[in-house]
Amino acid sequence: MSRSAISRRRALVGTLLFALSSMTGVADTQAAGLELEKEQLKLGFIKLTDMAPLAIAYEKGYFEDEGLYVTLEPQANWKIILDRIITGELDGAHMLAGQPLGATIGFGTKADVVSAFSMDLNGNATTVSNEVWGLMRGAVALDARGKAVHPIRAEALKPALEKFRADGKPFRMAMVFPVSTHNYELRYWLAAGGIHPGFYSPSDVTGQIRGDVLISVTPPPQMPATLEAGTINGYSVGEPWNQQAIAKGVGVPVITDYEIWKNNPEKVFGVTKAWARKNPNTHLAVLKALIRAGIWLDANNGANRKEAAQILSRSEYVGADYRVIANSMTGTFEYTKGDKRPVPDFNVFFRYYANYPFYSDAVWYLTQMRRWGQIPEGKPDQWYQDVAKSVYLPEVYLQAAKLLVAEGKAKKEDFPWNTDGYRAPSKEFIDGIEYDGKKPNDYIAKLTIGLKGNQRVEGGDVVGK
Amino acid sequence: MSSANESARSAAIRTGFAALSEPCKTLGAAHDKGAMSSASKVVTPEPAAPVVVTQPVAAVAVEPARPKKGVSPQAVLRSVWNNVGIPFVAIALFLFMWSRLSAGIETSLGRIPGPVAVWGQAQALWADHLAEREKRAAFYERQDVRNAARAAEDPTAQITERRYTGKPTYVDQIFTSLKTVFAGFLIATLFAVPVGILCGLSKTVNTALNPFIQLFKPVSPLAWLPIVTLLVSALYTSENPMFEKSFVNSAITVTLCSLWPTVINTSLGVGSIDRDLMNVARVLNLGVFTRLFKLVLPASLPLIFTGMRLSLGVGWMVLIASEMLAQNPGLGKFIWDEFQNGSSSSLARIMVAVLTIGFVGFLLDRAMYGLQSLFAFGARR
Repeated sequence: MSRSAISRRRALVGTLLFALSSMTGVADTQAAGLELEKEQLKLGFIKLTDMAPLAIAYEKGYFEDEGLYVTLEPQANWKIILDRIITGELDGAHMLAGQPLGATIGFGTKADVVSAFSMDLNGNATTVSNEVWGLMRGAVALDARGKAVHPIRAEALKPALEKFRADGKPFRMAMVFPVSTHNYELRYWLAAGGIHPGFYSPSDVTGQIRGDVLISVTPPPQMPATLEAGTINGYSVGEPWNQQAIAKGVGVPVITDYEIWKNNPEKVFGVTKAWARKNPNTHLAVLKALIRAGIWLDANNGANRKEAAQILSRSEYVGADYRVIANSMTGTFEYTKGDKRPVPDFNVFFRYYANYPFYSDAVWYLTQMRRWGQIPEGKPDQWYQDVAKSVYLPEVYLQAAKLLVAEGKAKKEDFPWNTDGYRAPSKEFIDGIEYDGKKPNDYIAKLTIGLKGNQRVEGGDVVGK
Repeated sequence: MSSANESARSAAIRTGFAALSEPCKTLGAAHDKGAMSSASKVVTPEPAAPVVVTQPVAAVAVEPARPKKGVSPQAVLRSVWNNVGIPFVAIALFLFMWSRLSAGIETSLGRIPGPVAVWGQAQALWADHLAEREKRAAFYERQDVRNAARAAEDPTAQITERRYTGKPTYVDQIFTSLKTVFAGFLIATLFAVPVGILCGLSKTVNTALNPFIQLFKPVSPLAWLPIVTLLVSALYTSENPMFEKSFVNSAITVTLCSLWPTVINTSLGVGSIDRDLMNVARVLNLGVFTRLFKLVLPASLPLIFTGMRLSLGVGWMVLIASEMLAQNPGLGKFIWDEFQNGSSSSLARIMVAVLTIGFVGFLLDRAMYGLQSLFAFGARR
């Protein structure tokens, strides 16, 4: 690009940004254009394929295009990610959608963490051990060719649970973090099949109160090894750790999160509120790079996915073997060995407005936190909306999108400019119950298992109304 | 002094003397020592007895000097066999057993890699290192172009050179670990030697500090780490820190764990100086510093170095563990990342790291040993 083109671009960006910031008053952008407050950043991630936007933004030079010098650093588990964001060791990170929400309402570590970017939709699955699959099999419906009919509902798990109970063994399942999307997806699936996943209470945060299965935390990359060791009987985790179970022959993925809730929001890019306030332009620059990475990942019906899988298979990113990563990254999913089926939307990085941080998505996670007792007492609808608004920053996202559109790097029609932040009510859940983000309490009341209204968990019992 | 202390003290004297007389032994009985010893350090024997240690009997008890008989061809052959042949055969045997046994074990990551696979991964890591260096060069080129454009556009713009943002290679990880362990070790030594000397010189200080030493000595790095992490993030809050927090965390954890051998050995070394010498110093009315530098330090150097050598060994072990747990950069993190990757080459890479850690630990020990004998020898003059 010639120098004059650069300066023209800069001037354009400057004017636009100035206009924008004076209009929305969200970010304190200086009139001089995208003057970065901080150029050298360290961003954390967990070894999962849905960190792809970060890797792609780095490898394709999108960060550098914004003048950012970004180091990507893998972290051991979600707790460390959250802690390091809070201490400032990391500027931003690949986070679970529930983490900024959980931190803000003070479940676990209390801190003000915000997100202006949803990294992907879907991308998780639940896997059970070979032993459990053997017990489930009889309860799974088969099609004409003798293959399992998907989605498999959690009712199919009941024979296995009965066998374990008869043997006096606890049935243990793992997810990745107490406020993880996986935790809520797994619980939703189990509860939709009439299996109680257990409550949290202020005095007992194990989340196993009255549970038919005992759900606990294991870091994603350790899931296959833990399953193989027999410590757990099943788990809910992102890719490639379900396909890894197939590759290693230690377990069978039974359901994807796409089947539990179609196009559910998954990971977010999180920073602390203080960081976002201090570095508004840097934040925008990071978002621009990430949006471009999302566009690249979903371009031309996934034409770039093979290359993405190659990049992710490097040891500094996800590091699992290419064929394992490619399974789910290229629009397929292998259920049992050899039973590979097309799931084109298994992991979406840009389409369906995937990156827009919808308030209604935040509210859904809050409803599940309430349902399982992480939010111990009933809250009015307004509270849900206030929390969502304090954590999700769609206006910053749109600002970054506007800059990209102005630079000709993104198409205007790919962004939801006029949404109020709430998706239309949807019934696309495994149990068909309609969710309307504007009426969280009504929604909670419709769910069969779980806390409702003003119910509380006290000493292992549900009390109140 | 209690009898337990007494025996510890005499043990220390013996060790101290053994360390002192190390070069002596290499003179008379070079062929007795393993291939690793500093047999090359053959110097003319010094007849003068050590100034400080007055019990030459102890040296005899440790390793009696053998009479020199002249060098026969058989003896040379035997010495070659002992020094080179036996380790060679042992290593060959080990590699053979490894490749045979590993082939039979199936893990979920495939077969346990044999020596060939591990060597292959070592080469792959090296190739990876070279490739990353090329990427780094390209990164700096791009940055220069960008910065030049920026400077041309706005001459007043503040342009800072940014460090390379790519991943650390395996070689980088080794050096990060070394840097961290030396930083921790240095802090530990700077703290431990003075404290050890104080403990050795003053019974009061010794009695006062002893409970703490006994209490903290057995604490594992994994127990220190959370405390260190929290304290560092609370106290080390500069805007542009000179060191990364993770580096400080690891280094301090290493310090806390590698402190003790040096403290204990230094205090033993100082405490075991001959009372007569101390009395002479008192009679001669030597000043505190003269006494410290002319008498106490030279006399206790061998034990101080023994302590430091132990400390460095402990520090190296602790570092790997703390890097693993705290996700601080270095070899420990490399291993953890590879374990998490779970790819078909991960196991072999972890084995490369294990061998590297062992080899670096060995080199560190040798280096400290070299220093120790150098100083011990010097102290005798």
